[in-house]
Amino acid sequence: MITKRIIPCLDVRNGRVVKGVNFTGLRDVDSPVTLAKKYSDGGADELVFYDITASAEGRSIFTDILREAAKCVFIPLTVGGGISTIEDFDRVLKCGADKVSVNSGAIADPTLISRAAERYGSQCVVISADVKRVGGEWHVFAKGGRIDTGMEAISWIARCVSLGAGEVVVNSMDTDGVCGGFDIPLIRAVCDAVTVPVIASGGAGSALDFIKLFTEVPECSAGLAASIFHYGNVTIEDLKKTLASAGIPVRL
Amino acid sequence: MIAIIDYGVGNLFSLHSSLTYIGASATVTNDPAVIASADKIILPGVGAFGDAAAKLAALGLDKVIKTEVDNGKPILGICLGMQLLFDVSYEYGVHRGLGLIPGAIRPISDVIPRGYKIPKIGWNRLIFTERGLCDPIYSALKNDTDKAYVYFVHSYYADCPDEYVTARDVYGAPLTASVRRGNVAGVQFHPEKSGDVGLSLLRGFCFSDGHCVNASSTCTGDITI
Repeated sequence: MITKRIIPCLDVRNGRVVKGVNFTGLRDVDSPVTLAKKYSDGGADELVFYDITASAEGRSIFTDILREAAKCVFIPLTVGGGISTIEDFDRVLKCGADKVSVNSGAIADPTLISRAAERYGSQCVVISADVKRVGGEWHVFAKGGRIDTGMEAISWIARCVSLGAGEVVVNSMDTDGVCGGFDIPLIRAVCDAVTVPVIASGGAGSALDFIKLFTEVPECSAGLAASIFHYGNVTIEDLKKTLASAGIPVRL
Repeated sequence: MIAIIDYGVGNLFSLHSSLTYIGASATVTNDPAVIASADKIILPGVGAFGDAAAKLAALGLDKVIKTEVDNGKPILGICLGMQLLFDVSYEYGVHRGLGLIPGAIRPISDVIPRGYKIPKIGWNRLIFTERGLCDPIYSALKNDTDKAYVYFVHSYYADCPDEYVTARDVYGAPLTASVRRGNVAGVQFHPEKSGDVGLSLLRGFCFSDGHCVNASSTCTGDITI
C-alpha cells in the first residue's frame, strides 16, 4: 500500500527559507540546503521548494540552492514559484527538480500545463492552487494570493487535471499559517473531483491535524506544511510515529 | 565507470548526483565509445515510452545497448528505462522496446480496482521474490525488508513472466517493481529518489561483485567489476 506522504515546504527568498502567516508577514527561518537535509534525514517523503523572489538575481540564487540541495538530498523535489514558460520548467528540471508546480503561470495561460505534460510527462506537472472562500464559493487566487481571479476553484483544478496535471496541491488561504488544522471540506471536494493524487496544504498545527486529514479524507495522498516543521512544533520523525500508531500507513 | 545514458529524457542531475554521493564514478553520455568503455550502464528515463524509444533509436543507442548487453555488460534500467528493456509497450499505441526481457508494458488501470489514484505516486514497500533476495542490488536490504520503501511514479507496469520478477509492490494488486534477466536488471521505482534505501541499492549495482549468495540456478546476477 502506498504510504501517506509528509512534505515540508520551503519558501525561499534571497537564498533563505522564510515563512509568513496568511500569505504575509515573512520571517527568516534557515538555510534551504541545511533545512532540506535535516528534513530528508528526519524522514520527509518529499520536499517542495518555493521560489518567492521576484528578481532575476534572486532566481539565479534559487537555482544554485536547488542544485546544491539535489546533490545531497535524495528524495523527490518539487519546485514552484514563478513558473510561466517551458523554459522555466527546463531551468529547474536541469537543476535537480523532479516535479514542477505551476500556479499563476497556468492561470495566465492554461496551455502551459498541456505543453509541459506533453514534453515532460504528467508526472512532472503539479497544479498548485491558492484557494479562499469568497461569498460562499471557493475562488482561485493568483500572484501569491494577492489577486482573486473570480474562478471557481474545484472546476479550475479539474480543468488543470484534464489538461495534463499529474498531481494537485491545494493551498487553503483560509487556514494557511494559522496552525488550526487543514481545510477538510476543501480537500474533500478536490479529492472527489479529480483522479490524480491530491496534496493538502495550509493549516497544519499538530500531529492531530494530519491524523484528522488522513482519517476524514482517506483519498488524500499527502500533507504539506511549513511552520509546524520550521518552528519545531513537531519533528517529522515524531509526526510519522504518531501517524503510524494511529493506523495511518507511513514510511518509517 | 558507470555510463548514464543521455537520450534527452528526464532528470539526470539527481541520478548523477546520487552516484557521485555513493562514491561511484559516473558519466552522463550518449557517445557509443564511452558506453562501450564503461563497466556498467544505467538506462534512466521518464515520460512517454514511444517518444523515448524513438529517441534511443534516433541516436543509434538501441543497437549500442543490445551489443553491450550481449557482451555481458551489466545494465540497470530505471523507471521508463526499465520499461524500455521489454519487448513492447501499449502506452498510447504499440511501441517496440529493446526486447532484452520478455514481457509487455500495460496500463496499471488494467489490473487494479477502481478508486486508486493514477499516476501512482509515492512510497511503497518492496516485497522480494526468492530471486530478488539473492539479487546483488538488494544485498543490503534483504535482512531489513521492513525498511524497503522506495519511491514510485508510474501509470504503466511491466507484465512479464514470474521468473524475471525480483520484487513486487501492492497497489490494489501486486505490480512488478523490479526485474532481472542475467546481466539485465530494471527497477520501476526511482532509487535516486528513494533515500538511504535507494542509495544502498545503487551501491549494490555499482560495487557488488554480483555473485548470488543463494545457490538457486535462476539467480544469474552477472554483475562484475
